[in-house]
Amino acid sequence: MTPFVDVAFLILSFFMLATKFKPPEPVEITTPTSVSADRLKQQDAVHVELDKAGKVIFRVNVQNENDESKSIKKNIIQNVNKARNLGLSETEMNNFVKNTIVGVPFSKLKSYLAAPEGQRMKSLEGIPVLDSANNELATWVASAYNAFQGKKLNFMIKGDNNAKYPSFKGVIEAMRKNDIYKYQLITDPEGVPSGTDLYKLQQKPKA
Amino acid sequence: MADIDVSGGDSGHKKGPGVKKAKKLSTRVDMTPMVDLGFLLITFFIFTTTMSTPTTMGLIMPKDEKDPKDLTEVKESAALTVMLGKGDQVYYYMGQLKSDGSNFLSTNFKDVRKVIQDKKAEVMKNHYHDPGCEKIWAKNGGDQNSCKDKDFVVVIKPNEEATYKNSVDILDEMTINDVKRFALVDITSDENLLVKATEQRNGVK
Repeated sequence: MTPFVDVAFLILSFFMLATKFKPPEPVEITTPTSVSADRLKQQDAVHVELDKAGKVIFRVNVQNENDESKSIKKNIIQNVNKARNLGLSETEMNNFVKNTIVGVPFSKLKSYLAAPEGQRMKSLEGIPVLDSANNELATWVASAYNAFQGKKLNFMIKGDNNAKYPSFKGVIEAMRKNDIYKYQLITDPEGVPSGTDLYKLQQKPKA
Repeated sequence: MADIDVSGGDSGHKKGPGVKKAKKLSTRVDMTPMVDLGFLLITFFIFTTTMSTPTTMGLIMPKDEKDPKDLTEVKESAALTVMLGKGDQVYYYMGQLKSDGSNFLSTNFKDVRKVIQDKKAEVMKNHYHDPGCEKIWAKNGGDQNSCKDKDFVVVIKPNEEATYKNSVDILDEMTINDVKRFALVDITSDENLLVKATEQRNGVK
């Protein structure tokens, strides 16, 4: 049994050292795979998540939590508040700064932000994007874009395999309304199939 | 388990009668609780951690062109339109869709690579000599062959039943086959009707 226990503890130490903790996720998302080899970096980014039912969730991710990032987040919610005349109170806005995950339409934002953090995740119904005349995500993206003025901001889209195309299109549409044409899709890594053009390109020694 | 041999070298040494053997105290430590805890921790770490860091795939969409003069023109002979339907099915046609739908074909995600590769090879074979393009490429130290496929365009049209995975897979296919020009466009109602009809005929659920 001794070697067995030895191996077990070796595995244990490997897992402890080699892994990172999963960041908390508002909803479970299984991402598709792609051959892209660019690793996801820790950076200032607006994350738009699509769950398997196509519900859209907006989240702000900052590289370093500090006073500046807090004021940026505050700025985002103030912009949204102003743009949509929501009449949010100071406490509700501060609740957004603490936890930037939003997944409700504007009509429910006030009660959503007033609710305690634990209960919020239960009532996610998604930001409406399907109606192109009233794409609420566009307002969120615009507010974030203005608040991050002067800093590099990345736009990430993380979708579930089973999300339907119209919600993805709604997200693209929201970006397009803000003249954002460059974004990143979060995927899982996958090998390049041999014999394809990309494979040949990668095999070619760099001159 | 791990224990220390404390029997000493007295195994062959006989003591006289009446000499009581000293009771040996066991030095074994019961390790079961420790092992239990070890496995508990392994399970915990396996479940709470992510092994592979996710990757990101860059996507650049074209600007909205309001002026029809600025719209990109596509050579009919070099265009491939790919439509995505439900049940991971792929439909495609070359050039323009014929009114009787005779060039409307269906395939799946496994075989669509071959379709793209064949079309690309065809476009590269039929290319015409373009000194302007070759000059630019030569100046930038590029591969002159790249001018051959510059006309090749893939138009991607997912319908409302295609999943996000389908869209990402087909975009990935563009990277895999080194397609430089592709566009994500809304499906037209005629095309969608054809897709629906084919789905019904093939019994795609």
